[in-house]
Amino acid sequence: MSGESDKLLNQTFQHLGLTFISLFLAVAIGLPLGIFIARKRKLSGSVLAVAGVLQTIPSIALLGFMIPILGIGAKPAIVALLIYALLPIIRNTYTGIVGISTEVKEAAIAMGMSKMQVLFKVELPLAMPVILAGVRTATVINVGVATLASYIAAGGLGEFIFGGISLNNTNMILAGAIPAALLAIILDAILAAIQKMNVKKFRKTLYIFPILFLVLGGFYLLPKAYGSSLTAGFTPEFMGRQDGDLGLKSVYGLKIHTIVISDAVMYQAAYEKELDIISGYSTDGRLKAFKLTILKDDKGIFPPYYAAPIIREASLKKFPELEGVLNLLAGKITDSIMTDLNYRTDYLHQTPERVAKDFLIGCGLYKSAKGGKKSVIRIGSKIFGEQYILAEMYRMLILGNTDYEVATKTGLGGTKICFDALMNDQIDFYPEYTGTGLLVLLKPDPKVSKKMAHDRDSTYQYVSRQFSQKFNIKWLKPIGFNNSYALMMRQKQSKDLDVNSITTLQQYLDKN
Amino acid sequence: MIKLEKVSKSFHNIPAVKAVSFEVKEGENLILLGTSGCGKTTTLKMINRLIAPDHGTITVNGKDIEQENPELLRRGIGYVMQNNGLFPHYTVGENIAIVPQLLKWDRKKTLDRTKALMAKLHLSDEYINLFPHELSGGQQQRVGLARALVADPAVLLMDEPFGALDNVTRASIRKEFKALEELKRKTIVMVTHDIQEAFELADRICLMDKGEIIQIGTPKSLLYQPASDFVVKFMESERRSLEFRVTTLNDLWHHLPVKNSANATVVNSDLSVWDALNCFRSVGQEIAFSTDEIQEQKSLNINDLTVAFNHYHMQYLHE
Ligand SMILES: Nc1ncnc2c1ncn2[C@@H]1O[C@H](COP(=O)(O)OP(=O)(O)O)[C@@H](O)[C@H]1O
Ligand SMILES: [Mg+2]
Repeated sequence: MSGESDKLLNQTFQHLGLTFISLFLAVAIGLPLGIFIARKRKLSGSVLAVAGVLQTIPSIALLGFMIPILGIGAKPAIVALLIYALLPIIRNTYTGIVGISTEVKEAAIAMGMSKMQVLFKVELPLAMPVILAGVRTATVINVGVATLASYIAAGGLGEFIFGGISLNNTNMILAGAIPAALLAIILDAILAAIQKMNVKKFRKTLYIFPILFLVLGGFYLLPKAYGSSLTAGFTPEFMGRQDGDLGLKSVYGLKIHTIVISDAVMYQAAYEKELDIISGYSTDGRLKAFKLTILKDDKGIFPPYYAAPIIREASLKKFPELEGVLNLLAGKITDSIMTDLNYRTDYLHQTPERVAKDFLIGCGLYKSAKGGKKSVIRIGSKIFGEQYILAEMYRMLILGNTDYEVATKTGLGGTKICFDALMNDQIDFYPEYTGTGLLVLLKPDPKVSKKMAHDRDSTYQYVSRQFSQKFNIKWLKPIGFNNSYALMMRQKQSKDLDVNSITTLQQYLDKN
Repeated sequence: MIKLEKVSKSFHNIPAVKAVSFEVKEGENLILLGTSGCGKTTTLKMINRLIAPDHGTITVNGKDIEQENPELLRRGIGYVMQNNGLFPHYTVGENIAIVPQLLKWDRKKTLDRTKALMAKLHLSDEYINLFPHELSGGQQQRVGLARALVADPAVLLMDEPFGALDNVTRASIRKEFKALEELKRKTIVMVTHDIQEAFELADRICLMDKGEIIQIGTPKSLLYQPASDFVVKFMESERRSLEFRVTTLNDLWHHLPVKNSANATVVNSDLSVWDALNCFRSVGQEIAFSTDEIQEQKSLNINDLTVAFNHYHMQYLHE
């Protein structure tokens, strides 16, 4: 537990650091730019428009754009945050300066002040409350967006939040979300108080700000203990699972410098040598795309699991034909087929719809839609390629074989979000993995899970029984392929270092 | 001291000031008078280079201002504006000390000068640490004046300095202004659209219309030797009171009966008829004065004054 609170403190500092470094840079760029467009008003429209457009880029997308340019970690996160903070700072500097009475400005010039003197003695002090309001807005935005920085391994409170979401651990989510919200509220209140301070006192205290920002920003740069020669990037979910990082530590005794990163950017980061080891799925198409190789799990901590649709029993009653239709896919997709299908979407960038259709045609299951209008079946999927493809296949099968209509709700974040949607009757079914069902959703006594985790059939039977009893949810027949975690490495590096299993990896790390 | 030669200025190809020339002598008070939009402010601002003229030259103290560093030039020219333009984030003291600070005066000198000036302008010492918004409009305007005067510039430019004040405050500040020793030696160019104000304060008036000078001369010459119908029309509605303002007791000497009452209040002989009329209201039934040439004194009541004024006026018009 003390480990956890250390982690919390550390993440809070990282969060503050990220927020303030980027804020400092945003002020360093935004303030002069705001002053500049207040001088050259003709340019103000276009500059503000560009900053406005930058701000509308979804944060995850912006972080994604940064990776090819700046890699992963602090740099791209800071740049992305900086971009978000820029607009309020430029805009408020501009409006603050433009809003100063022309009489006052004219008086300043008429008394013989130079341009610089007018700026520093008159314009900036008078515009300061407005500028500070901009800094305040930017701060609150940054505290929020900084939670997403954990997606690209920049740390911060997002590690807890997203870890919690994928591990179905509400406490963990709150451990990240509450401090993040508190940070936003406290920083907002402090800046509001400063804003209201008497302008006069203010002139003297103003110089503290840049220094304060830098100090707070400095938290982030506190030297981190790099304990190993290789760097691993694991998803938040993997970090918290017994068949994940916990197993690596306890069974293999693996000690490696680890950063937390989102599944969406992990493979590319490995390809670009930002990371050396990543936690992936054995059927992932990007394995092929990014020339990665799987390290052999010689002590068997990543048992294979079945994938199967899980469905509300209420929905089965409501749509009697559904079970038969969904089971059409049972046993049809092997590991190698799934990897290939994933490769086609992830690397060849074919649409999940096309990949699904080609596959169904290939095995004679495709029927064109009957155009029925009975009632709507809602399909869910998690936010990665394989799930999109499966959701598409089910959609086509339902439309071709029944008179139901279909609504797909794809991209439902992690396991928790998807499962909550199912429990709350937001969706009727989605594809799930038995291992996830066991370790993430049921979370039985470790002894129980240890006993059956290595046998995929007993796992399947156990989760089927438990889900039915506990949640009124039924596991349909397995689709065929097994998906399990795997540690991956670049093919070339694996050869160069002569590391091809987790044990040899651990031996390599011990030596270097 | 100040000389404008064929100075013109257009905004977006619309002329605001057209080939204006005039000269202001050292210690003189020239008032730019005219209706709103006739180019007074533009003319004034060209003198301290807040606006650059399109054509023509301006010299201050014999030097072409074009050749001077604009900031140094401005530090030597006081500037007072209609809405005072005080810095809202500076105290009264700091506002007054702006130019001394730019000129790098030491603290003591600045403070002494600020306090002395505030006393002269009837601003209590306690105000020094207040912010402008804590003062009344009249007080703010005094601070604006103090700020312009603090470094004792030889030239003072004033743009409708009393324009934002209510009538009562305005009249009293104007009176103080006239009496202020600090201003006696200064070369002043002041802008107003108020004819009464111009006649009360000006040594010479420069009457402008549509960017051009219509007539430039003493108040008396505008009144009695108008250059055009425009000048006559401009003053028509307030003619009588303007005549009261330009005529002094001295002018009336020969038209007053010889009498010398013992309990009359003695006043200055260059008091205007206007001020004398006001005097009867405040000091009593009779006033007395003596001329500069003959050491003789005459006393008069309000009736004597009006009769004498009418005689004088008739005669002046016939000359
Ligand atoms: N900065 C400016 N831009 C455009 N037109 C101006 C500007 N300043 C003054 N003008 C125009 O020039 C003319 C003279 O203005 P101004 O000198 O302010 O007149 P006054 O002070 O006599 O009222 C007016 O028609 C006014 O609209
Ligand atoms: Mg004006």
